[in-house]
Amino acid sequence: MARIRLENLRHSYRARPGEDADWALKRLDLEWGAGSANALLGPSGCGKTTLLNIISGLLRPTEGIVRFDEQDVTLLPPDARNIAQVFQFPVVYDTMSVYDNLAFPLRNRGLAGAAVDGRVREVAALLDLDGMLPQRADGLTADGKQKISLGRGLVRSDVNAILFDEPLTVIDPHLKWRLRSKLKELHQRLQTTMIYVTHDQTEALTFADQVVVMNDGLVVQSGTPVELFERPRHTFVGHFIGSPGMNVLPATFEAGVARFAGHPVEVVPPRRAPRAGAVLELGVRPEFVRFADAGIPVRIGKISDAGRHRVVETQHEGAVIRLLVDEGAPVPAERGHLRFDPAFTQLFADGWTTAGEGPP
Amino acid sequence: MSAKVPNQKAWFLVLPVVVLVAFNAVIPLMTVVNYSVQETFGDNVFFFEGVKWFREVLHSERFRLSLQRQLLFTGIVLAIQLPLGVAIALAMPRKGPWVSVNLVLMAMPLLIPWNVVGTMWNILALPDIGLLGHTLNAMGFDYNYTRQPVAAWATLIAMDVWHWTSLVVLLAYAGLSAIPDAFYQAARIDGASGWAVFRFIQLPKMKRVLTIAVLLRFMDSFNIYTEPIVLTGGGPGNATTLLSIDLVKVALGQFDLGPAAAMSLIYFLIIMLLSWVYYTAMTKDEVE
Repeated sequence: MARIRLENLRHSYRARPGEDADWALKRLDLEWGAGSANALLGPSGCGKTTLLNIISGLLRPTEGIVRFDEQDVTLLPPDARNIAQVFQFPVVYDTMSVYDNLAFPLRNRGLAGAAVDGRVREVAALLDLDGMLPQRADGLTADGKQKISLGRGLVRSDVNAILFDEPLTVIDPHLKWRLRSKLKELHQRLQTTMIYVTHDQTEALTFADQVVVMNDGLVVQSGTPVELFERPRHTFVGHFIGSPGMNVLPATFEAGVARFAGHPVEVVPPRRAPRAGAVLELGVRPEFVRFADAGIPVRIGKISDAGRHRVVETQHEGAVIRLLVDEGAPVPAERGHLRFDPAFTQLFADGWTTAGEGPP
Repeated sequence: MSAKVPNQKAWFLVLPVVVLVAFNAVIPLMTVVNYSVQETFGDNVFFFEGVKWFREVLHSERFRLSLQRQLLFTGIVLAIQLPLGVAIALAMPRKGPWVSVNLVLMAMPLLIPWNVVGTMWNILALPDIGLLGHTLNAMGFDYNYTRQPVAAWATLIAMDVWHWTSLVVLLAYAGLSAIPDAFYQAARIDGASGWAVFRFIQLPKMKRVLTIAVLLRFMDSFNIYTEPIVLTGGGPGNATTLLSIDLVKVALGQFDLGPAAAMSLIYFLIIMLLSWVYYTAMTKDEVE
């Protein structure tokens, strides 16, 4: 296992990138600790697969350095980086048996005999593939094949890191849940550095200790699941993580007081003054909005049941504010007042929070 | 809601196909079957002879030799064209502006009419004035395809390889292009060698198209007529008299309609049988 560090990384698929839009990765500095479980979360096309392929060596970055521990591996091909990668669509060697598929990465590295056999059987047992070892791989279902792909990733015991590129996309929902907890369990046993790319927040938040949220070629925030939830650094993170996403409301900020539609709102104190003319917004998650005796007056709209709580949609002058109300707790009939929890209400300027670090 | 009344109108919809297939295949074939069991002395007088012609053809030395030459020819061209075609397809670029240039160049020989191919090679290989023939002789090789059986065979095979390898290339290239990038990426991660990539990814993924390529090349080379008749006319002697050339000699040269018809049917059955056996063997362990 290794610590992975990216320094001043930029990548473009064009030969001569010029303007901003030419860059698939717009400059990032990141570090993943040795033996950590990480997720790269973002919408399709945000550059997360590009980033993963740069780490594994399938792509060479246009600019910047990739380090495993202290070693600069930027120019090394994948096989010299000693890394495992599992792809979105299952890759199996059709004409080989399941056993030979799992043994392939080991045999390519010159291992043979008992060393191979032991590892293959161990990994097969982990993934419930033991019964199928002699079968030909092309007869298996999609999730059987993906398990083989996972197995080929896990079979080498000495890898620097294992990279997963949306590995559960083709898996049936009930198996998805099982494989997800299996991966988590594997990480705890193997303590290998793992990076898991996904656009599914549940997958990212359950698997990883550290989540990197990307959008449009930039890292928007990197932090623990709790940090992403409680302290989103950008309105994008607020939207993308959480269900329903964060409320984002138009705001003004004068003399140290943030206001929404004229009503003063207490927020986490800004650490930097927003630039003049910046677009100002208030962000507060539905979890941190409550009905109160006084505050922002709203009309009550649609109420939908979401299990242990209800999602209440309210309106104030055309702006929609959602809040969560515990099951059984009262909801005012037509009109009410809302209060935002000041510890979790942030002022955002041009999308970026004023309560923390500014844009990169 | 009205109940459906069964009627026979659907037959009219099938009729055009039935008529087409009848005139296109069934009736001509049946005419041949008809000739194959009769003897004719001109004036449209026919006598029924049963399986006499079949027995005669199957026991004749001449048919056996033609068939041997045919099998040898097909065997050699398949053995050259398949590996060569796959090798060229592997060497062709997968992306970029050269892809279409390559594809057009590859398709070129396939677009040339067969008798033109024969004529081209006939002139090219002429020992006195042909570019190839003259050059070979100037380099000290004693080469004359109109007199030496080995030279005739070599020229014939070179011509067929030139004409038809492209077909294998195009099919193999299509098969290669259909392999998702992830397979190559996974192989690089797994540390696979170039040979292992070919053996475990490219070859298995090309299996279907190569099956078709072998089948097409087998049938076409087994049926080949135009190019050798223009190039060598079946000579020198009978050295390059393949089955089809022999058949035309019997049917139109000697006007032995009965034996020629029996020979056609045997010829047809051999191709069908070999194709069927091959295709069944290649597809028997396919899933789905």
